Amino acid sequence: MGNESLSFIFLNAALINNFVLAYFLGICPFLGVSGKLETATRMGGAVTFVMLISSTCAYGIHQLLVAVDAPFLQLISYIVVIASTVQLVEMFIKKFSPSLFRALGIFLPLITTNCAILGLALFQTNKGYNFAQSLVYALGAGIGFTLALVLMAGLREELELAEVPNLVKGTALTLMLAGILSLTFMGFAGLGG
Amino acid sequence: MANDLFKMPETAVSTDEFIKGLWRENPVFVQVLGMCPVLAVTNSGINAIAMGLATTFVLVMSNILVSSLRKVIPKQVRIATYILIIATFVTVVEYLIQAISLDLHKALGAFISLIVVNCVILGRAEAFASKNTLANSFLDGLGMGLGFTFALLCLGVVREILGSGTIFGIGLFPDGFQSWVVMILPGGGFFTMGAWLLFFNWLKERNKKREAALSESGTGVK
Repeated sequence: MGNESLSFIFLNAALINNFVLAYFLGICPFLGVSGKLETATRMGGAVTFVMLISSTCAYGIHQLLVAVDAPFLQLISYIVVIASTVQLVEMFIKKFSPSLFRALGIFLPLITTNCAILGLALFQTNKGYNFAQSLVYALGAGIGFTLALVLMAGLREELELAEVPNLVKGTALTLMLAGILSLTFMGFAGLGG
Repeated sequence: MANDLFKMPETAVSTDEFIKGLWRENPVFVQVLGMCPVLAVTNSGINAIAMGLATTFVLVMSNILVSSLRKVIPKQVRIATYILIIATFVTVVEYLIQAISLDLHKALGAFISLIVVNCVILGRAEAFASKNTLANSFLDGLGMGLGFTFALLCLGVVREILGSGTIFGIGLFPDGFQSWVVMILPGGGFFTMGAWLLFFNWLKERNKKREAALSESGTGVK
């Protein structure tokens, strides 16, 4: 599994096995933040950024845990690292770009409990990716997440204008929409395995 | 301090804490929390039950620990502490499932580890266990966990019957049955969940109308 080409890994993470629409990771922000196109784009950017950093950290930790032979600490150390990465990124952005910090707002700390980030760290370990492959995987996953979020936000903005029965409004409608979007992404399955 | 923790609570242990999670405040259908595992592992009834029970175990144990430590944990680092407690129990569950059934462990995959970031568990630790007594927190965790399992089962059974034509691995239909492959695919998860939410919305609306009609007729009699 460790010798897949970088372009395949990227396409795989972004389209074929899209984190949101095929693995159901990060559904909470997907349903919660996809109301407006602008916030969806920003959220996608922030998640991609944290994914890249935590993927790098997870790679290092995995090497360390293998070296000291303590695999049972994997989950605990990953979640601690992700939480502290998010905290660190938050402080860093606050210090160097207050405008970006204000734009991201509450979404930044909420990334900690986004299962897509922890899922990414676990998947890349399971697949035995090397450092470059992990980075590309993280980039692909982040871009796939952004893509799903932005597509969904665009659809929902259009739906605001449509007349739907009262009963369907809200989460039920959003889920139906996500189902159709997910079926569309199934079409990419022909691109690879 | 230790005596204080195990003292009988001022408010008696109420069974309501247990029942509310099953229906009135069901974590999935009413609060719409923890959607990732709900959609991801419910392609068969067995997977749904296993995932539900694993989550229930983590929920109950973390509620117990958080509740008994609630006076010791400093406010500033409480979320980090909760996550650490939850991660510990999830690791326990993961090794437990691996020991019981390797097939099940393979079928659920990374989603066992992902129980850590299930917002239902952190949500209950923060919103309930950190403020309530040990016994009540235990009941709350058990109720919420079983409510979660019930919701998973609702989805899992529907998707398995339609998608594979079986229920818990037992064939239901004669050979000619054409299964709906779409129900097993990720899209089917979204559709089934949407349909259940619609059903519950409809139930709620109907009950509201009935109550309104009842109170109207009540005043009419007076």
